[in-house]
Amino acid sequence: MIQDILQFDFLRHTFLTGIIIGIIAPLLGTFLVVRRLSLLADALSHVTLAGIAFGLYMEKQFLLPINAVYSGMGFSIIGAILIEKLRSVYTAYQEIGIPIILSGGVGLSVIFISLANGFNTDLFNFLFGSVSAVSRLDFYTIVGIAIFVIVLIILFYKELVTLSFDEEHATVSGIHAKRIHFLFIILTALVIAASIRIVGVLLVSALMTLPVASAMRFAVSFKQLIFYSIIFAEIAVITGLISGYYLNIPPGGTIVVVSILILLIALSMNTLRKRSRTV
Amino acid sequence: MSDTVIRLENISYQYEAKPVLENVNLEIKRGDFMGLVGPNGGGKTTLIKIILGLLKPDTGKVFLLDQPIDHFHDWNRIGFVSQKANTFNKGFPATVYEVVALDLTAKIGYFKFFRKKEKEKILAAIDAVDMGAYTYQNIGNLSGGQQQRVFIARALVNEPELLILDEPTVGVDHQNVARFYDLLHKLNIENNLTLLLVTHDTGAMTEHATNIVCLNKTLHFHGKSAEYSALSPEQLSAIYGHPVQIVVHDHE
Repeated sequence: MIQDILQFDFLRHTFLTGIIIGIIAPLLGTFLVVRRLSLLADALSHVTLAGIAFGLYMEKQFLLPINAVYSGMGFSIIGAILIEKLRSVYTAYQEIGIPIILSGGVGLSVIFISLANGFNTDLFNFLFGSVSAVSRLDFYTIVGIAIFVIVLIILFYKELVTLSFDEEHATVSGIHAKRIHFLFIILTALVIAASIRIVGVLLVSALMTLPVASAMRFAVSFKQLIFYSIIFAEIAVITGLISGYYLNIPPGGTIVVVSILILLIALSMNTLRKRSRTV
Repeated sequence: MSDTVIRLENISYQYEAKPVLENVNLEIKRGDFMGLVGPNGGGKTTLIKIILGLLKPDTGKVFLLDQPIDHFHDWNRIGFVSQKANTFNKGFPATVYEVVALDLTAKIGYFKFFRKKEKEKILAAIDAVDMGAYTYQNIGNLSGGQQQRVFIARALVNEPELLILDEPTVGVDHQNVARFYDLLHKLNIENNLTLLLVTHDTGAMTEHATNIVCLNKTLHFHGKSAEYSALSPEQLSAIYGHPVQIVVHDHE
C-alpha cells in the first residue's frame, strides 16, 4: 500500500485523514467517556447522516453541488445545539435528548434517502467509510477542523478536565460550565463530521470510545488516558485502512474490528497483571 | 475588612411547595469552626447549596465575605468539599496531583497554563494533608480516608479563607475520621481557616467544633459546642422531632 499511497493522491489523502482522525476522535472521546456521554457520539453521528442524506438529495433533485461533509457538519451542529436545549429543559433527565436526537436523525435520513430514490454507492460509503472517498476539498476541510479542535482542546484543557471530574464543583469554583460544555459538544459535532468519510456514520462513535475503553485499563493519569487512547486509535486506523484496502472492505468495519481486538488484548493483559500483583 | 465570613438573613426555601428552610439567620465569623448538625432532610445540604449560590433562596439574603452573593466573584477564597467527594467516579483516571490541580483552574483563568508557581502550590497543598507520598498515584486506588484528604488538599490549593465541608466523613473508617478531625483542627488553628462542617456525627463534632448550629427547617440551636453537649435528651428530641441518642466517641 505504501507505494500506492505515494502514487495515488486520493489514497494519500485517505491515509493522512485517517491519521488525523485517529488523533481527534479519541481526544474528544476521552472526555465523552469520562463524562458518561458516549452515546452522544451516536446521536450526533445519526444526525450527521441526515445531513449527508439531505446533501445527496439536494444534489440529485436540484443539482445543487452541496458537499456532503458540509451538510453533515451543519446538521451535526444543529443536533448538538438541540441536545443542549433538551438538556436544559429536562434537567432531571439529562440524557433524554440523546434518543430523541438519534431517532430524529434516523427518521430524517430515511426521508431524505427515499426522496433521493434510495441507496447509492455514495451513501454506502458514508455509512461504513471508504478508502477512496476523501477528496482534496474534504481533506483540507478535515485538516482545518483538526487544527481548530486541537487548539481549542489545548486552550480549554484544564477547564474540560475540571468539568469532567465534577460538574457541580466546577461551577462552584467559578467555571462557566454551560459555555464550556457547549463548546465541547460543538467540537464533538465537528469531529464526527470529519470522521465519517473514513469510518462511516454508523461506526464513528466506536473510534471515539473503543480506544478510550482500552486505554482506561492502563492509564494512571488523565494525560496518560488521552495518550494511550490516541495510540490505540492510530493502530486501529492504520491497520484498518491497510487491511480494508487490500481486502476491499469498507475501512469502518476493519478499524472497529481492530479496535475491539485491542480492547480484548487490553482486558486480558490487565487481568494477567492484576493476577500477578495479588500473587 | 469585617470579621463576618458568612451572613444569612431570613433565608427561606421551598422545594415543590414543601418548605425546607424557614427564616434562617446565621452569622459565621473569621476563625470559627462551625458545625452544622440536624436530622436528615432538615435542610443542611440545601442551606450549603444556597450559601454556595447553587440554589437561589425564595426569600432572604446571602452575604459571603461581606458581598451579596449575586455580586460575589471571589469563589477561589472559598473552598468546598462536597458530599459527592466520597461518591465521585472512582474509575476516573486521574492522579492525586491532577485532582488537586482542578481547583486552580478557575483561579488562573481562561487561556492560561499551569506554571512553576501553580505546580508548587499544588505540591504544597498535597503536603499539607500528608499525602506527598501519593502525589502521582491514581486517586481511585486510594482508601476512602486518603481520598478525603486529597479532596481537602484540592480545596486548600487556592489558600481559601473559608472551607465548607458537606458530610466529609461518610464512608471513612473510624480511625481515619479521628485523623481527619485533627487535620481540620490544625488548619483551623494554624492557618486561621474558617470552617463550616455539615455532619450528622454530632459526637465527634461537639469535640472539635467551636460552635454548633442545629438545623431542622429553622435554626433550633446556635451556640458554643459545650452548650450543645449540655442539652438534655428532651431538648434534643424536640429539635429532631424524635428521640435522640448522642453517640460519644471514646478515643482511648
